[in-house]
Amino acid sequence: MFAYLIRRIGQSLLILFAMSLLVFLAVYTLGNPVDSLVSPDADQADRAAVIRQLGLDRPIWEQYGLFLWNALHGDLGTSFVYGLPAVDVILMRLPATLELAVMALLFSLAIGIPLGVLAGLRPNSLVGRTIMSGSILGFSLPNFWIGLMLILVFAVQLRILPSGGRGETVSVFGVAWAFLTLDGLKHMLLPAFTLALYKSSLVVRICEAGTRDVMSQDYIRFARGKGLSPARIVCVHILKNILIPVVTIMGMEFGALIAFAVVVESVFAYPGMGKLLIDSINRLDRPVIVAYLLTTTLIFVIVNFAVDLMYAALDPRIRLSDEGAT
Amino acid sequence: MSDDTIDDAPLPVAAPAPPSRPTSLLKQRLRDLVRAPGAVAGLVVLAIAAFLAIFAPYVAAQNPYDLMQLDIMDNMLPPGSKLGNGATAWLGTDDQGRDMLSAIIYGLRISLGVGLISVLAASVIGSTVGVAAAFFGRKVDAVIMRIVDLQLSFPSILIALVLLSAFGRGVDKVIIALVAIQWAYYARTVRGSALVEKNKDYVAAASSLELSTRRILFNHLLPNCLPPLIVVATVQVAHAIVLEASLSFLGVGVPVTEPSLGMLISTGYAYLQSGKYWISTYPGVALVVLIVAINLVGDRLRVVLNPRLNG
Repeated sequence: MFAYLIRRIGQSLLILFAMSLLVFLAVYTLGNPVDSLVSPDADQADRAAVIRQLGLDRPIWEQYGLFLWNALHGDLGTSFVYGLPAVDVILMRLPATLELAVMALLFSLAIGIPLGVLAGLRPNSLVGRTIMSGSILGFSLPNFWIGLMLILVFAVQLRILPSGGRGETVSVFGVAWAFLTLDGLKHMLLPAFTLALYKSSLVVRICEAGTRDVMSQDYIRFARGKGLSPARIVCVHILKNILIPVVTIMGMEFGALIAFAVVVESVFAYPGMGKLLIDSINRLDRPVIVAYLLTTTLIFVIVNFAVDLMYAALDPRIRLSDEGAT
Repeated sequence: MSDDTIDDAPLPVAAPAPPSRPTSLLKQRLRDLVRAPGAVAGLVVLAIAAFLAIFAPYVAAQNPYDLMQLDIMDNMLPPGSKLGNGATAWLGTDDQGRDMLSAIIYGLRISLGVGLISVLAASVIGSTVGVAAAFFGRKVDAVIMRIVDLQLSFPSILIALVLLSAFGRGVDKVIIALVAIQWAYYARTVRGSALVEKNKDYVAAASSLELSTRRILFNHLLPNCLPPLIVVATVQVAHAIVLEASLSFLGVGVPVTEPSLGMLISTGYAYLQSGKYWISTYPGVALVVLIVAINLVGDRLRVVLNPRLNG
């Protein structure tokens, strides 16, 4: 287990390192940051001063080394637009995105598990086939367009939900959270549902396959033979067995939810990290772009690491086969 | 069980599979495909979409990007209104006075084009890499698959945003970004099936004939890895189109001068709040119909091309 842990941590660090290199190369070396920093009527001396100040006259590996050194100390530069450290700008927006992603995760489980189990119990019925065709739709509908249509129906036509923004927030331990107020929840409803749609199709598919698989096992036949009620069979025998893959896969998908929040937040003008990223790309605010990408990668790596550990703890076969290999 | 029938063929198999067999197999697969009504509907929709996209200049009522044909007085007309020149805008007009139906037909051209080109390029690159990884094994395999795993563990949209924030917007740049995202899917798919295929007798036969590695890879191994690749590629066309639309909606995809369906939806976003629904809604409907059609065909192909399911 210890060797596995060490190897897994090494892997995570490698991913972080690779991503930092990629981000650095993509954002800092393609295109010329000086052009967006210096006013067009600045003379050569001013330009040269800025270039020296930013260290752009040094060799590329030295620039990267400096970037990495600063990054390890939590310094990813100062936002051109906000005039604050880029990391702080990102961290200010992080709670909004986190609560949106968690809400979307809960939605997708609440929608996906019952529908998936239902479809798995009656695979050839009309209900089962409708659910499975519906899940194809959920996979294929463009996220952002669904968001637009929801705004059109619920905000423009029916006027029962707000079309965007985050609403009222409550400060807990110095962090503003919206999920504790009714207004905040109302603002979160449509974006979270939009974000959840794709993932709920995934949950439906996993649960359907799992249920069909479990239903053909002997212990289900035995439980039926014992005369247990169908409700008990579903809730205890089936759910228990299909939840492990659901939990693991959804854990891994949490990072994807944060990434796809970029689109949903832009549609609903929701002030999270994703909207910030798009604004920063449009305004060429490089430090914030870099800070976003590295923060997201870090979240990703941490979540995947936690899920892997959990999975290894839940399923001894994985750990054993891994130790056998080394 | 297509593979088994080839394996069980009577022994003197100097030529790899007689020429008549693949065509009959193809016909059989086509017949299977057509048996599902959903897939047929999907194919019909795709045929219409392809026709519209290819012949857009002859089908559309106006060229929406020829400023001479536009009249700013026609702007923001609701669906079914008469234009200044007497024509009817069945789906309304946008803020520049463009007929939405024509704009959608031209947009289809860009969306489909970007989707198809990126999938073609990515599947060629990906399957070459994948088949090489499986065939050479060991270090080549380990390095390639590590890169693939690394890339697949990141959501595609994030990679696209990194690349496009560096490249800037443009149809060609979107295609490059989509290829960079997708090649890994094909590499993994082809490697998976090539690992199974390379242990079969026909590969052993080919190597005992001392055929060149390249010939074994591309003439023997790769063709037998195609069925799963085709399924993935079909679904990926839909994925690529949606991704391009999302990127264009975010303003980092195609430029305003070459609007795809996603770009049209993005234009309409600004007018949605004031109840001018048609600018965003109809391009979106076109996009959804296209995507669902591709997925219906893809879903059926998965069944038809899976040797385990059609015994």
